Amino acid sequence: MGLDIRLPIGIIFTLYGLILMVFGLLTDPAIFERSLNVNIDLWWGAAMLVFGLFMGGLALRASRQNRP
Amino acid sequence: MHPQFVDYAIIAIYFVFVLGIGFALRGRMKTSEDFFLSGRSIPGWITGLAFMSANLGALEVMGHAANAAKYGMFVNHFYWLAAIPAMCFVGVFMMPFYYGSKVRSVPEYLRKRYDEKTRTLNALSFAVMTLLVSGVDLYAMAILFQRLINWPFWSSVVASALVVAIYIYLGGLTSSIYNEVLQFFLIVFGFLPLAVLGLKAVGGFAGLEAKLPNPGYAHTWANIWEAGQNPMGINWFGTIFGLGFVLSFGYWCTDFLVIQRGLAAKDMPAAQRTPLIAAVPKMFFPLMVILPGLVAISLDPTTTQLLGGRYDNALPAMLGKFYPSGLLGIGLTALLASFMSGMAGNVTAFNTVWTFDIYQTHINPGKPDSHYLKMGRLATVFAVSVGIATAFIVLRFNNLMDYLQLLFAFFNAPLFGTFLLGMFWKRTSAHSGFWGLLSGILAAVAHYTLYHYRVITYPSDMAANFYQAIVAFVVCFVVTVVVTLFTEPRKEEELVGLVYSLTPKPRNQDLPWYERPGILAVGILAICVVLNIIFW
Repeated sequence: MGLDIRLPIGIIFTLYGLILMVFGLLTDPAIFERSLNVNIDLWWGAAMLVFGLFMGGLALRASRQNRP
Repeated sequence: MHPQFVDYAIIAIYFVFVLGIGFALRGRMKTSEDFFLSGRSIPGWITGLAFMSANLGALEVMGHAANAAKYGMFVNHFYWLAAIPAMCFVGVFMMPFYYGSKVRSVPEYLRKRYDEKTRTLNALSFAVMTLLVSGVDLYAMAILFQRLINWPFWSSVVASALVVAIYIYLGGLTSSIYNEVLQFFLIVFGFLPLAVLGLKAVGGFAGLEAKLPNPGYAHTWANIWEAGQNPMGINWFGTIFGLGFVLSFGYWCTDFLVIQRGLAAKDMPAAQRTPLIAAVPKMFFPLMVILPGLVAISLDPTTTQLLGGRYDNALPAMLGKFYPSGLLGIGLTALLASFMSGMAGNVTAFNTVWTFDIYQTHINPGKPDSHYLKMGRLATVFAVSVGIATAFIVLRFNNLMDYLQLLFAFFNAPLFGTFLLGMFWKRTSAHSGFWGLLSGILAAVAHYTLYHYRVITYPSDMAANFYQAIVAFVVCFVVTVVVTLFTEPRKEEELVGLVYSLTPKPRNQDLPWYERPGILAVGILAICVVLNIIFW
């Protein structure tokens, strides 16, 4: 159908991952009392970033293969 | 609640992407097939995740978390007894007829197999049900945002409905399906940390079991044999036959909302794999919705503090309790995503049934294709408007899921009888479908009336819904068989491609084993059995 859905998914997850990681590092650690003293923003942000890069990578590889 | 700038920014980015996908697909909607069926061109993994996601509306996330808090692990039956076997069945046995007969909707199959009046009855009842259900997703979203960030009920209803209307208006089913895939991943990433943090807070599974207000809440099957012993007050017969057979097969095998995703697949194996691919994440969803519900009730056994007196609050209350800013934005986005995917699924199913089965058939046939494309867009706007009105009706019920099961019991439960006989018994006559379906629906209405005026009573609304489904199904089945015996059968050559015994089986020998529907279904069912045993 032309649009490869993995590309927008890759971009949004990469973006969210970076936002969460930066926010997790810079913010007052007191807010993580809520999440049982785990810096969940940093760790979950990293997980989202990895997933985003993976999906984006799949989309890029597919678009290269389609080009002659 | 404590959202900060970063949380609002995350939500705003989500809206940009959802609308962006709609705009990116705007130019591709050239024919009505593009708009309503995505030109039958989408790979199996995408339609599979969309199949899963279209069902992930308010029903899944808030409804099942609420039910888990109210009824305990018994709610696992909605997944491991109900959904998974039905999804395997529709993929292996029914999708070949839907996809192979080239119909554009479920009611259209009924016209081919039975006759015009059967199709019209189903199209009308489906259209009404879909509009009502789409309001549920809006209601859930609006209640949530009122509670979490003090948005007035009406303003969040209108704003979120508008976004769904825009992306479907622009990109039709393709836009809905692509967004559902994005929404699926957001839902998984948004709710998974809740399961982890929730379990950690109560001290793992052992701690959870010790803190639950009723020891029966920790079991799926152990208390099913006596109705008095389980929290839902329903016995094994009502559960297995009512939920596990009639309601679940009625929903997963005949509801056009999910079947439509299969019809958009690029070829027959992809169409058959659609529900099977969906079944894999579906099996593990209790982790993301039922577990937080259980943690909520174990932290607040009286339901007065954390839950604020309403079971529907279980999931949002847990998000508020455990998610710090940042992750909170992701969690709220996941909730928004689930509401939108549910609502969009209903809207795309409605506009297709309305345009093909009602408008093109009865009101204005024989127009050029572009006319029906335009009608599909108008129907989208109409469906969203009615959904808004419905959101206000739902406010009257105190548990979303009971309301939905009630609707399914009215319309889907008898329908499964019509399909079962139509697809697997070639003798079933053209007239019998209509009379069977009509008497099934009337039986459901009669049962509901008797229950409503307390002529018959059940221990819970959910139990009443299960039995209503059984009554509707049995009446439809019996009436269809009896009418068939008194009417002419159809000629066999007219039924090729529509009835199991007259249709060549799809040959999947040339596919690798992991793409063969039969093998996939057996593997999925085996894992499902293991899950049932672990959480017995």
